[in-house]
Amino acid sequence: MDDAELIARPRRGDEAAFGSLVTAHQPAMLRLAGALLTSRALAEEATQEAWVGMLRGLDRFEGRASLKTWLYAILVNRARTIAARERRTVPFDHTDDARAEDPARFAADGSWTQAPVPFTDEVGERLDHAPLVARLAPALDVLPPAQRIIVTLRDIEGLSSDDVCAMLEITPANQRVLLHRARAGLRRSIEASLKRDG
Amino acid sequence: MPLLYDDLVCRDAVELASDYLEGALSWRRRRSYERHLRGCPHCRAHLAQVRSIVTELGRAEPGQLTDDARADLMDVSRRYREERSGDAEP
Repeated sequence: MDDAELIARPRRGDEAAFGSLVTAHQPAMLRLAGALLTSRALAEEATQEAWVGMLRGLDRFEGRASLKTWLYAILVNRARTIAARERRTVPFDHTDDARAEDPARFAADGSWTQAPVPFTDEVGERLDHAPLVARLAPALDVLPPAQRIIVTLRDIEGLSSDDVCAMLEITPANQRVLLHRARAGLRRSIEASLKRDG
Repeated sequence: MPLLYDDLVCRDAVELASDYLEGALSWRRRRSYERHLRGCPHCRAHLAQVRSIVTELGRAEPGQLTDDARADLMDVSRRYREERSGDAEP
């Protein structure tokens, strides 16, 4: 079944088809809404509105984007409307040109004063898959909202830069700067948590 | 001819890591970053860390859909159908 049919069936009242879409996409949509709105209740409200919007055909699916990208676009739209209502609008423009990495890590000649704290030790045991994931969740929580939203859309949900720019109405350069800062912020947080744990 | 960015220092190199992974650097900048990486184990480690973060983020599974949450959404669909059939009546 192609994407257009997957959308058409629930609109015609095929409950099982709607259920399949919900099972396939709701968990990731709720995660994304959580990055956009932080409050669980508002995130749930945004996903519900997105599903209603999808059923009503508020935005036409024209087959140019994948079903997933199209659903996410509706969700981002709903979430931003809710954020505006709650006066929680996230500014995506960055006006400063601050560096993403801490300048204190570098000597006057620009070289590292202290090497990055290794994510793995010599036998690769310190930070394998599971612990890195465990350190990423709190690191994501403390990112500035715009950075958290961009890194969620790009690196967690795997959307393209073009799709993210279109959804959030930002320029590719702006998107790249925010993504860079988000990734650098995550790296710094993980490094700091490793230092704390010795 | 002097080449731009050939004297890239670590402080500037780390700021290129994400754009490098995005394939968004100009060829000149990419070449100078790669040249820096060849001579700098710290910046290689830094890039590897950023890359591993991107990889791990992509592997993260969203939470499970609870039965309650699923039931709520099925209600949404049912209400939508009722609303629509209501509209259709004269």
